[in-house]
Amino acid sequence: MRIAIASGKGGTGKTTVAANLAALLHSKGLSVTALDCDVEEPNLHLLLHPDWESEQTVGVPVPVIDTKACLGPSCSKCTTLCRFAALAMMGDEVMIFMEMCHGCGLCTLACPPRAITESSRNIGVVRKGQCKGQAAGITVTGGALRIGEAMSPPLISAVLDNAPQADIVLVDCPPGTSCPMIRATQDADFSILVTEPTPFGLHDLGLAAEVLRQAELPFGAVINRQGMGDDAALDFLERENIPLLGTLPHSLQAAAIYSEGRLHVETLPDFAALYEAIWQAVLNQLGGLK
Amino acid sequence: MKEAVILSGKGGTGKTSITAALATGMSGVLLVDCDVDAADLHLVLDPKPRNTHEFVSGHAAAIDTELCTSCGLCAEHCRFGAIGPDFSVRHEHCEGCGVCAFVCPTEAAAMLPRLSGHWYISDTRLGTMVHARLLPGEENSGKLVSAVRRAARELAEADGTSLILTDGPPGIGCPVIASLGGADLAVAVTEPTMSARHDLERLYDLTKHFDIPMMVIINKTDVNERIVSELHTWCRDNSIEIAGVLPYDRAFTDAQINRRTGPEHDPQGLGVAMAPIRAKLVERLFGDDE
Repeated sequence: MRIAIASGKGGTGKTTVAANLAALLHSKGLSVTALDCDVEEPNLHLLLHPDWESEQTVGVPVPVIDTKACLGPSCSKCTTLCRFAALAMMGDEVMIFMEMCHGCGLCTLACPPRAITESSRNIGVVRKGQCKGQAAGITVTGGALRIGEAMSPPLISAVLDNAPQADIVLVDCPPGTSCPMIRATQDADFSILVTEPTPFGLHDLGLAAEVLRQAELPFGAVINRQGMGDDAALDFLERENIPLLGTLPHSLQAAAIYSEGRLHVETLPDFAALYEAIWQAVLNQLGGLK
Repeated sequence: MKEAVILSGKGGTGKTSITAALATGMSGVLLVDCDVDAADLHLVLDPKPRNTHEFVSGHAAAIDTELCTSCGLCAEHCRFGAIGPDFSVRHEHCEGCGVCAFVCPTEAAAMLPRLSGHWYISDTRLGTMVHARLLPGEENSGKLVSAVRRAARELAEADGTSLILTDGPPGIGCPVIASLGGADLAVAVTEPTMSARHDLERLYDLTKHFDIPMMVIINKTDVNERIVSELHTWCRDNSIEIAGVLPYDRAFTDAQINRRTGPEHDPQGLGVAMAPIRAKLVERLFGDDE
């Protein structure tokens, strides 16, 4: 069963909820895989502390042109068809702008003399590791985008595709509501939207909920740092008929524990109980463990 | 004219609150919100749109069921999983590459212009603001960011504005790269947590990659004094100027709830605390000109 943890707004506690749920479910005897799909700024490993055991480079296809076979300006099929301005005719030769390429393969398909083949552009790595200590047994797989690379969705897909089988696969998603977030939540059996009780948190919760509704994915919400702001998020969930899965209190002590890379379920007994309640609410929404 | 971009790597460190706080009381500043898929600055500044522009970017496939013979070529060649089992287009997965239209033998697949969002030039009590809204689930946030920045630069040049202050997106991928390219200064808002520190280092590598100078603001310092001191050391070792430090202040949240900037809501507290940070930023940007 795959559960995505997403938010819209950044910094509401996605990674905190993902890591603490992973530890809680593991302590209940379930096999758990935790996926870090926030490949631009991956942090899940800073809370779960896996020993990375393997690292694999991920690439996206980019065209390679055989200049001898290329028909040049008289053809220009590839430069005309490419919708991403990744190919341009410069004099008699086709220039490739690698960073613009989406790897769709249209130029390769369309080239009359079959002068275009494909190589690969490195977009980042997928790492795999195992947790130690109390969390021993949790598998962590995460992506890290290469600095300077713009395109994160293919790397997110690589993380999802490399996920080891487990009873529960938890997906720590990137913030926002555009392609990276959509890619990370796709195919989830359920999504947990983590929000905070502030106008910014509420506004972005609304956007994220709209995206998941359009994609017809089931979801509920967790209000983190309850008490730091107002009650507008609670009113919104009730009005929109979005299940409230639980709340976690605003606490400077909890913030300090998080800042050190430690888990609340292992350090604060009242938080452990709150995570248990959140998990029961998720199961309730799903009608039991699949 | 100078352009400073407020970034963070990690979400939720306070980019938007600090952007609004920096702009308060500054004259000749143009505000830009480049976090187009979870924009929040407008919640505090209540902009009144002067002009609204449609953002049509690229294309999306549409398949005419009357002409479709269910041959399956489009699904076979689409690399983005955008063709559903019934040969309908899964819009949120379509990258607009045109492969389906190219391979379709009956011209059932066509590429239609894609409305991805809107951008606005608005009036606020702090001056002009350029901002945008990506439609939920749309891609091309980087291109929308570029459109917003282009409009802002044109406007600033026409109006003789001295400073463009940009609220940036989280992460280090496509929309951040689009926000950062060619700017005069990146201002990184961080907090003393392992995660924010890790993300700050990746953001710093990105600014070096694009050769943009960076300053740091450390927010919420009382969460972890030890990491604050580590951040100071790291900044010193990398010759990064610290524009200021701010303790966790509930007044920022109260200001948000009251739809005010921090200094507007709490002139004696946040108003006083922000003044030297604003002065350091101005000195860094314009110091050489005097």
